[in-house]
Amino acid sequence: MLFAVFLPVLLAIFIPFFSKWKEKIHTGYFVLLAPLAVFIYFVPHVGNDFSPVSQSYNWIPSLNIGLDFYLDGLSLLFVLLISGIGTLVTFYSIFYLHKSERLDQFYVYLLLFMTAMFGVVLSDNVFVLYSFWELTSISSFLLIGYWNYREGSRYGALKSMLITVFGGLSMLGGFILLSIITETTSIQAMMEQADVILSSEYFGLILALILLGAFTKSAQFPFHIWLPDAMEAPTPVSAYLHSATMVKAGIFLVARFTPIFSGSDWFFVFVSGIGILTLVWGSYMAVRQTDLKGILAFSTISQLGMIMSMLGFGTSVAIFAAVFHILNHATFKGSLFMIAGIVDHETGTRDIRRLGGLATLMPISATLAFFGTFSMAGVPLPFLNGFYSKEMFFDASLEIHESSIAFANVLAQAIPYLAVFGSIFTFVYSMYLVFGTFMGEKKLDQLKMKPHEAPIGMLISPIILVLGVVIIGIFPNLVNSSFLAHTTEAIYGQPMEAKHVEFWHGWITPLYMSLIVVGVGAVLAFTRKSWNSIYNFFPGKLSFNKVYDFLVDQSEKASAKITNLYMTGSLRLYMALILVAILVCSFGVLWITDGFAFDTTGLAEITVHEILIALTMAVAAICTIFTRNKIAAILILGVVGYGLALLFVVYRAPDLALTQLVVETITVALFLLCFYHLPNLRERTEQVSQKLINIVISVAFGSLMTVVAISAHSTKLFDKISDYFLETAYKLGGGNNVVNVILVDMRGIDTLFEIVVLGIAAFAIYGLIKLRNKKEAE
Amino acid sequence: MVKTNDLILKTMTVLIAFILFGFAVNLFFAGHNEPGGGFIGGLMTAAAIVLMYMAYGERAVNKVLPFNYRTMITIGLIIAIATGVGSFLFGQPFLSQTFDYFHLPVFGEVELATALLFDLGVYLTVIGVTMTIVLTISSDR
Repeated sequence: MLFAVFLPVLLAIFIPFFSKWKEKIHTGYFVLLAPLAVFIYFVPHVGNDFSPVSQSYNWIPSLNIGLDFYLDGLSLLFVLLISGIGTLVTFYSIFYLHKSERLDQFYVYLLLFMTAMFGVVLSDNVFVLYSFWELTSISSFLLIGYWNYREGSRYGALKSMLITVFGGLSMLGGFILLSIITETTSIQAMMEQADVILSSEYFGLILALILLGAFTKSAQFPFHIWLPDAMEAPTPVSAYLHSATMVKAGIFLVARFTPIFSGSDWFFVFVSGIGILTLVWGSYMAVRQTDLKGILAFSTISQLGMIMSMLGFGTSVAIFAAVFHILNHATFKGSLFMIAGIVDHETGTRDIRRLGGLATLMPISATLAFFGTFSMAGVPLPFLNGFYSKEMFFDASLEIHESSIAFANVLAQAIPYLAVFGSIFTFVYSMYLVFGTFMGEKKLDQLKMKPHEAPIGMLISPIILVLGVVIIGIFPNLVNSSFLAHTTEAIYGQPMEAKHVEFWHGWITPLYMSLIVVGVGAVLAFTRKSWNSIYNFFPGKLSFNKVYDFLVDQSEKASAKITNLYMTGSLRLYMALILVAILVCSFGVLWITDGFAFDTTGLAEITVHEILIALTMAVAAICTIFTRNKIAAILILGVVGYGLALLFVVYRAPDLALTQLVVETITVALFLLCFYHLPNLRERTEQVSQKLINIVISVAFGSLMTVVAISAHSTKLFDKISDYFLETAYKLGGGNNVVNVILVDMRGIDTLFEIVVLGIAAFAIYGLIKLRNKKEAE
Repeated sequence: MVKTNDLILKTMTVLIAFILFGFAVNLFFAGHNEPGGGFIGGLMTAAAIVLMYMAYGERAVNKVLPFNYRTMITIGLIIAIATGVGSFLFGQPFLSQTFDYFHLPVFGEVELATALLFDLGVYLTVIGVTMTIVLTISSDR
């Protein structure tokens, strides 16, 4: 299985070589090998005696993360869908994409996506699942933005990326919580601890986070907005990612965790509630669209909502119906996208208002579209698979368990009505799609090119898919016991008998519901023009796109505003902020740890000359602040420096005194030199309030330093090291000047780097002045 | 403009510069046992050179002391690092210093320490740094 999962990516490495020959042979033919091989590898698993297979490979054993693959009925269904439709889509894309396109990039992204999807559905380890999950987001981003010179492509790609990654990250949070609670990273092992998870105090959070991941990926309300914008992708991508595979990753996730979560009533409320809302909203909005792929996008949203709500019902009938519909939806929606691509390819437009009467010009496409849309609408004919799943959906919506939450009971009562309502609109847009495109009057003058039937290669993939629609329609029990029953068992959590699907099962409520859908739907479809203006009032201008745009726009503006608030470019402000931060932290620590100490023992006596020197220095320092003349300020500052040198003399530090004297002289001289060259700067006028703030900050900072110094002096935890130096300076260093012995011998490395600093400073000054002159000379 | 005659300054400089050089060398060698050392010695030497520059002008001093002070920084740093690396030859950690007493023909009993070599590096670097800064800034416009 490891090889099967990574086969597409391995092939992707060689795509650039293959694409060199793309003029002779379309790169897609090489790509075809990967999904076909995987499909052939997994098909033999279908059968009545299927039992789950699991394989493990080491990845990060220390974190308990391994490439654990687990193939049960659920993963088998998805793996076959991904590889099967992947093969058909690749084949279709060979005829859809011209050789002048950047084929190498397209197929590399596509193969990357295949690996990601295989990984998502086969992983048993939550963190591996998450890795592949994000890889689908990234490869989908690349595929949507394939025609990156288009504004719409970039917008759609970014939007889908932001929304799906938002969900993916929440899901990661949920996974982390799950793995902490259960102390395992394996999903199968988590299922055995379902009661531990359900009784955990974090259960609500876990459920919300993981469902957020599933809902964003599967375009559930209100995160559905990225899917219509993702229609900017090439049509094979839309057919593959946005109908059959990636958008079902969220469905897969919910199905995978159903054995754990289904014990909770909130799972039913969220999954079914959001699902049914998405169904109704998606089908209602689909009628409004004018773009073929726009209709199909909203149709996908609504169908996904239907599957999602069935997973929420949690009865065995509902789950079987969901599984059945996953298969059916993949067949008819894939074919419909391909036909939309054909229409686009052959007429040059996807705008349904400019299309019409294509049935005589494109008879095969029209026939295929007829099967696809009628199956999607759930028209009761014995050769359309959509009808069966819709019928089972109605059936399941009537048999929801009674719940302990009052709110859930209201929801359970409302669901059948909402289901019928959504299905009526599904019928309306399906009819609109097929009749608007292929029937009615011809509008050839509005088309860029003269339409004709697509090449046979392009038609093969939709034909195969429609054959699937019809075969499942005629023999609905063909794969039930050998295939779908295993899937249902994997989701439902306990063995179950294969459900027998029949076209005719008597005059029962679901049939009446279907008839209502067809009847009301047909009336609405033919009077569509007269009530279409309802969309001007509801939703009118309201749209979640507006919310998304507002959020993106406002977050950019707000962050710019916040940054501009404190990043003003004023060094004074930064200085004030830094000092205030230090003040708050230091005083805070002093306060919390009760760190202040005051101890006068061991203090030396204060002599008169010390007082005199200190007073002189203090006066000079204060004068520096108040003098307006800069040169004077420097000279007075020099007094402080020389006072310090005197203090060093008093405190018997001859080396320091000498150095301080010379260094002070040099600094003053350099300062004078610099100020001599300075241009006459404008006198700074500061507001009084600003001045007051500065005074407060500086006084506070001075007091902080004083307090810290006093406390540090009063708290002696260890013996001084200076005694050691005094004792050993001569013995070890051979010198009587302890300071110098410390500098060159005991702590020589400090001195070494200090002279390096000096050297760097000298070279920097040299470079600054000389290089500037050179530039000015030029 | 009348050319000023700074004969007194020049004459005094000849005397004082040599006294300063002597003081600087004394500071440098005394460092191990008395106040002083490479740093202050270097600064004093630089002060003497600056005095010569002030009295005699750039051209004359460049002729008498034809040093490139940037090279001097490099040499000083190399010496300081080399004394550190040298301790590896004796299987000692970086910058280990040692000393011993020798009987030299003229000076008699003398203490020689490897720390003096390190201090020489400091000395040369400080001279180089000070002179580079002063000359660079003063030669600017």
